[in-house]
Amino acid sequence: MKKGQGVPRGLWIKCERCGAILYHKEATANLHVCPKCDYHFRMSAHQRLDSLFDGGRYKTLFNRIRSADPLEFTDSKPYRDRIKIYQKKVGPQDAVVVGQGEIDRSQTIVAAMEYAFMGGSMGSAVGEKIALAGERCLDRRLPLVIVACSGGARMQEGILSLMQMAKISAVLARMREKRLPFISVLTDPTTGGVTASFAMQGDLNIAEPASLIGFAGPRVIEQTIRQTLPEGFQRSEFLLEHGMLDRIVHRHELKSTLATCLGYFR
Amino acid sequence: MAITTHPFLETIEKLRVEILELEASQVGSSEVSPELEAARNQLDAEITKVYSNLSRWETCLLARHPDRPYTLAYIHDIFTDFTEMHGDRRFADDPALVAGFARFDGEPIAIIGHQKGRDTAEKVRRNFGMPRPEGYRKALRIMKLAVRFKRPIITFIDTPGAYPGIDAEERGQAEAIADNLIEMARLPVPIIVVITGEGGSGGALALGLGDRVLMLEHAVYSVISPEGCAAILWKDQSRAEEAAQALKLTSETLKEFGVIDEILTEPHGGAHMDPGAMSSTIEAGIRRHLRQLKKLRPEAMISRRYKKFRSMGVAADR
Repeated sequence: MKKGQGVPRGLWIKCERCGAILYHKEATANLHVCPKCDYHFRMSAHQRLDSLFDGGRYKTLFNRIRSADPLEFTDSKPYRDRIKIYQKKVGPQDAVVVGQGEIDRSQTIVAAMEYAFMGGSMGSAVGEKIALAGERCLDRRLPLVIVACSGGARMQEGILSLMQMAKISAVLARMREKRLPFISVLTDPTTGGVTASFAMQGDLNIAEPASLIGFAGPRVIEQTIRQTLPEGFQRSEFLLEHGMLDRIVHRHELKSTLATCLGYFR
Repeated sequence: MAITTHPFLETIEKLRVEILELEASQVGSSEVSPELEAARNQLDAEITKVYSNLSRWETCLLARHPDRPYTLAYIHDIFTDFTEMHGDRRFADDPALVAGFARFDGEPIAIIGHQKGRDTAEKVRRNFGMPRPEGYRKALRIMKLAVRFKRPIITFIDTPGAYPGIDAEERGQAEAIADNLIEMARLPVPIIVVITGEGGSGGALALGLGDRVLMLEHAVYSVISPEGCAAILWKDQSRAEEAAQALKLTSETLKEFGVIDEILTEPHGGAHMDPGAMSSTIEAGIRRHLRQLKKLRPEAMISRRYKKFRSMGVAADR
């Protein structure tokens, strides 16, 4: 069963956590949450935007931005080819889709990351789209929501992917100064350079339940300390307990929570 | 002196030892023995030969050379009246990152930098130059203090990365780095960044968002270590050499990408061959850039800093 595109296709599906057999349509209508155990299946960027904007209506922005291959990077296959494969398989939008529409009748820009596109990794295209999203908020005095879902910076773009952390931070710093709200939503998984930049820079940081959130990935930490990690380490509940999150919000409540919170700052 | 065993440095390291021994045996004599002179010439020639054709991986190894000068050595050479300040006022002091105030050309200035250890005990105490969140929070505390008194900030980058441990995660390693980035973007004082050795990913960038980014010739700066990259891409850490090549993490390429502003030339053989000369070069670089930055009004400086980082990256627009 493949992760990354909401509940798997097919008439019947199996919950990854409790093993319950679910009717596909039922799980989809339930915002890709298992009705038996509340497991939150990973959503695609478009599913996410559909679920947050009023009536699922929004226009997507900056669709012409694509990844390039500045390093001419090759591992088992050239990065250039890898991008093409993902563009064909997942869509041309790279690892983030930016939408503008209404949340509870207020204009909002939401950038939703796409995990199915190279693990949601952040290269120059992702950085550019999020930076443009922030600048549009500055131009039109709109609030910004970023739904993070990413393994971190995209290695194949080397140092330039690291610089996207600085680039987005600079834009969000401007939003802060201009008193425009930015809410960060952290979903499973949010790690590496994405966590160490915009995902932790929200005026409010909100996470979905049981999401893996951290700086270093669990495998890296295990290799460093040569110990197995405790149960629940780096999950949303762990971060809330350690003061890193404002709230953990069930997917069913996410839209209304965002609407309420954005209302405080409007 | 520490000797490395990397094959490409074998002859050079052997000659270094030989020269040191010869020098020691000739202390007090005013003449240079022909033997010593020959060894020095041989070393010069060998360095010229090897360094004209360094691979990116070999540059990484130089950036990690155990004799390479670390932040406190540069601070000692370049500044006067340095007073180190400790602690983040929240949890602890982090010896992997040093911070404080000093004078540069007589003017007060804030200094922040990663600090690696020299011997085993110090390496452990300084956690191999890998800060925990409290290190980054100490850095931000000092930076904000610098802003209050309108003092420029100089940062020195030399870290394998931010520490990936349980305690660091518990105390919000990601949040600490993220907070430095968003704050540094708009601090209304000049920030000059000097990458002296290893620029290890987010742990380096957390001190790296400045008006000018200077980089020592044989330093490296990367999104991930070559070993980490190889482990992920090929499930094989030993292919770090290939990964270093692919990551293009050396000063020359980074200058082409616009990630750094200037390369600071190292002494023949690298910073560790003549730390004093390296310090002088860094000092001159800081002086030159600081003079330019001091002419700018804070708003203009912040706006330029914004444009600098805003323009980084290469994406297609079709």
